[in-house]
Amino acid sequence: MISTKGLTKIYGPVRAIDALEFEVRPREVMGFLGPNGAGKTTTLRILSAFVAPTAGTAVVAGRDVVSDNLEARRRIGYLPENNPLYDEMDAAEYLEWTASVRGLRGAGKLKRIRSSVEACGIGSVAGEPIGLLSKGYRQRVGLAAAILHDPPVLLLDEPTSGLDPNQAAEVRGLIGRLKAEKTVLFSTHILSEAQAISDRIIILHRGRIAACGTPQELLAAAGGRRRLSVSVKAEGTDPEAVRKKLESLGALACGDIRAEGGEIRAMVEEAEESGAVDLRERVFQAAVESGWTLLELKRGEASLESAFRELTQ
Amino acid sequence: MTAVFWKELRAYFDTPAAYVVSVVMLLIAGYLFAQPLFLVNQASLSGFVDNAQLLLVFFVPAVAMRLYAEERRSGTIEILSTLPVGDLEVLSAKYLAAMSLLTFMLAGTCFYPATLGLLGRPDWGAVAGAYAGLWLDCAALAAIGLWASTLTRNQIVAFITAFLIGFALFLVGKINILLPPAFAPALGFLGFDAHIETLSRGVADTRDLAYFASLTGFFLYLAYLRISLRRSAP
Repeated sequence: MISTKGLTKIYGPVRAIDALEFEVRPREVMGFLGPNGAGKTTTLRILSAFVAPTAGTAVVAGRDVVSDNLEARRRIGYLPENNPLYDEMDAAEYLEWTASVRGLRGAGKLKRIRSSVEACGIGSVAGEPIGLLSKGYRQRVGLAAAILHDPPVLLLDEPTSGLDPNQAAEVRGLIGRLKAEKTVLFSTHILSEAQAISDRIIILHRGRIAACGTPQELLAAAGGRRRLSVSVKAEGTDPEAVRKKLESLGALACGDIRAEGGEIRAMVEEAEESGAVDLRERVFQAAVESGWTLLELKRGEASLESAFRELTQ
Repeated sequence: MTAVFWKELRAYFDTPAAYVVSVVMLLIAGYLFAQPLFLVNQASLSGFVDNAQLLLVFFVPAVAMRLYAEERRSGTIEILSTLPVGDLEVLSAKYLAAMSLLTFMLAGTCFYPATLGLLGRPDWGAVAGAYAGLWLDCAALAAIGLWASTLTRNQIVAFITAFLIGFALFLVGKINILLPPAFAPALGFLGFDAHIETLSRGVADTRDLAYFASLTGFFLYLAYLRISLRRSAP
């Protein structure tokens, strides 16, 4: 449904995206992850036919976004970053206007407006000027306009940005419901969000694809480094001595370490070469040898966060 | 295109800008019309047309400055540019909306020739020609303003750019007599004054109509290039 080949955009001296190649299958939700400046918004702007790429091609719903951009735009619902809207209009007027520009007429137009208003839960604010709406409602109005013409492809640039947790959950729920009949490509900074609603995730870094796969695949790739949370009672011991001891185990890479009262807490990571060795056993033995009282030894599951940090640092 | 046109026209009247500009222009134009009327004791619009030209150089850029600059400032250009409507249609809708407001404002001054009709026997052909000249002047200045509005997200910068070009075209016609004889005819032709003066006499010369049409078309084309390049430029 969406495919790009060698997609590149250069702004002056900056290569915003560099030879991106990916595909999004029909009725798939693809999450775009990446730090600021990774190229997420640039990619979405090219796919929405707002700007042209410097090189490469992008096809959305069977239409090239450069050579056939008007037809491509008919098949795309787009929510830009920061959700710009005409503040002087009220929500109903804005949807009515968007529907008219999109060529919807008569009963079909009314039906689509009602359906979008209902899907996005903006019935109670339909008569309010957009400029007076809360950020959550503004976002929903933007989403309602994006789905108004029932497009097969939705491009959403940070759809939950700036929303409170309840509003963000509602928007995620809406994307989840749309997934049954639409192809969705959305960008986000929120890793848990990408993990929860994406079928696949692309991690962008400095304009290139750093990783692409299902959340499970990315987790598995990050699984070579499990985290251990260690807490020992070692009164009179310098935290640095604990760090050195843990590092002397060889298979451990030390993270943060801090002393709280008589307790020393450390977050350590399993090194890649540790293989099948159970690190909890090593840490236990090291504690016994050093005369520390082991208060806590907890193994955390690999997270998308660690994969993200590894790929984008 | 119709939907974009109505949105633009409504946007003028949703803010006080259109009302303020219209009222201020009508008040100043009224003063400039009435002041010499009783001094020269002639049922003529000639003095008014001279002054109205200068007024339009100020007021038309004020009407046109928001057309694209405001869309860029607020980010709604991204919405407008990703809807299935061509750049040329959007540009036409915006231009026509500005021209509709300007025509409405110009129509508001029809009170003055009506007054002349009550006081004396004006040459109605000359009056119609003067209004045609002022309307064509509006069309050219609005095209300049629209183009200036595509250059920046700052409405004031757009206003100043359009005003400077408009004022130069106004001035070059007025100071024609002071210019070196070698350049005077060419520069005089570039200015508004000679063309409006001919029309104000009730003479519809195709050279004057071609002048306004080409000036308007030139700046509309530049505006279109500017907009379409943003989308297509690699």
